[in-house]
Amino acid sequence: MPFYVSPEQAMKDKADYARKGIARGRSGVVIQYDAGILFVAPNPSRALHKISEIYDRIAFAAVGRYNEYEILRKAGVRYADLTGYQYDRQDVTARGLANWYAQTLGTIFTDSPKPFEVELVVAEVAEAPADDQIYRITFDGSVNDEHGFVAMGGQAETITTMLRERYREHSTLPAALATAIAGLAAQGNGDRVEINAGQLEVAVLDRAREHRTFRRITGARLESLLAEAAPTAKPDAAATESAQDGGSPAGDDAEPAAGERAENGAPGEQRGPDGSTPPDEGGSGAAANGDTPGG
Amino acid sequence: MRTSAHKERTALRSDSNARLPSTAYLTAATSSFTEFLQATAPELLPGSGDLIVPAGFASELPHGTTIVAAAFSGGVVMAGDRRATSGNMISQRDFNKVFRSDEFSCVGISGVAGLGVELARLFQLELEHYEKLEGRALSLEGKANRLAGIVRANLGGAMQGLVVVPIFAGYDSDEGTGKIFSYDVAGGRYEEQRFHSIGSGSVFARGSLKKLYADDMDATDAVLACMQALYDAADDDSATGGLDMTRRIYPVVVTVTEDGYRRLTEEETGTYAQSVLTERMHDPDGPPSALRGAPRAIE
Repeated sequence: MPFYVSPEQAMKDKADYARKGIARGRSGVVIQYDAGILFVAPNPSRALHKISEIYDRIAFAAVGRYNEYEILRKAGVRYADLTGYQYDRQDVTARGLANWYAQTLGTIFTDSPKPFEVELVVAEVAEAPADDQIYRITFDGSVNDEHGFVAMGGQAETITTMLRERYREHSTLPAALATAIAGLAAQGNGDRVEINAGQLEVAVLDRAREHRTFRRITGARLESLLAEAAPTAKPDAAATESAQDGGSPAGDDAEPAAGERAENGAPGEQRGPDGSTPPDEGGSGAAANGDTPGG
Repeated sequence: MRTSAHKERTALRSDSNARLPSTAYLTAATSSFTEFLQATAPELLPGSGDLIVPAGFASELPHGTTIVAAAFSGGVVMAGDRRATSGNMISQRDFNKVFRSDEFSCVGISGVAGLGVELARLFQLELEHYEKLEGRALSLEGKANRLAGIVRANLGGAMQGLVVVPIFAGYDSDEGTGKIFSYDVAGGRYEEQRFHSIGSGSVFARGSLKKLYADDMDATDAVLACMQALYDAADDDSATGGLDMTRRIYPVVVTVTEDGYRRLTEEETGTYAQSVLTERMHDPDGPPSALRGAPRAIE
């Protein structure tokens, strides 16, 4: 054990440690759509959430160590409720919360022997899309002001590249979900990551709702949304393979906003919750999943 | 500054300039907002804290009221008058005393008006806070208990005259019925059957409901019975406001069913108010009830 470690070295070690920890976990995506902000994260658990409500118009998403971001989530709820109580509900903002998280994480990074291995996103939905806010806070307390979409976690760069290609402003919810899933699928290094309702945690901040805008999308609702989103979610490599499928299913409206509707059959059934879907570990699923044409 | 308990709490604060240090948010072990406030910022809790209120002071503050609640098949209705009085003056004509505490419950407050509103607000936040932290809503019993705790915490103030007494009602989704809970200043909690009333006019309202209420009423009849009861309370209690037809200020009426909380619109309560008034024009004491019950078959 060295008696002296230079501060640069100590900080670098901590930062490397935190980055490694975060990279180990799966990534998440936050993306704006016409009626609000969508949050998507791969999460097989139904009890332990990565995406949560903080306040009326503010939500929280995190990747990394669960117990650490749970502490931060609860603290954020307390901060928001206390501010809203002291002043007024409208006075609770994502900006204030993001600043508070930055302060807290920064302090933890410098003061404590082990930094928190977490990356957070705090988002707020406003009356108009132009006023929506998305903030990404990293393990060392840096805040980034994001626009339109953000990927969090170890594979963020790969996902961001994919999102940048596909993202369209003011898309519908199914289209935005399709974009998000395409982004998440990219993290498997080209292998298709299996996406089905049981493996995803999806939530929205719906600007049209009164009072509390946060809503989880689960169960049958999620399945039907995935089915709507599915045709555009298939990565382009697979699209050519299934080109000989019939025309797009009738009534599919996950459409023009994304601008890239592949000409394939209803892959929703292929990818939906039927027994043959391989586990969501990436890589292994590439060959075995429902890419077979004909539906 | 105040008591030794406060000095103890000061020790939690790492920096005298930081009123609410981050560590308190991170390390709080409770899902109760009231407890969290108690530990980190007790001065924000409603009530006078350690202040001693001079005798007679409380009577200068605005008071209300009459609030009635009645269960019907499939839910519960709560209605409150709109008057706040300070001594013999009417301090507010359109004061609202019935609040949504969450999706499936409501709370009405009587006593010191301003303090009651704060308590209702704290209670709303308590329920929402728990739901956000824990990921599930409290049971109806749990909610009623939390309100009892909040009332109990105000006992010091109550003993100095700053009395607030709530009435709580909600829809129990497990049992599929509406439930009503009443409280005393010490935080005692009592489940009421059928109907209940609180406030200065509650004796009159209760007498009226005794004659008008029927088990298994539908929502419309239950609302009408409550409107009649409030009218009777206003008739006999100066601190309870009647129907202000000129200004269109009517009692606040809310229902809670399996579809959730709903406050009746001004139009709807206006319609009920008009029908009550029209009947009272020729029956000022209200609809008479039969002196002898209907003959029953001997079983």
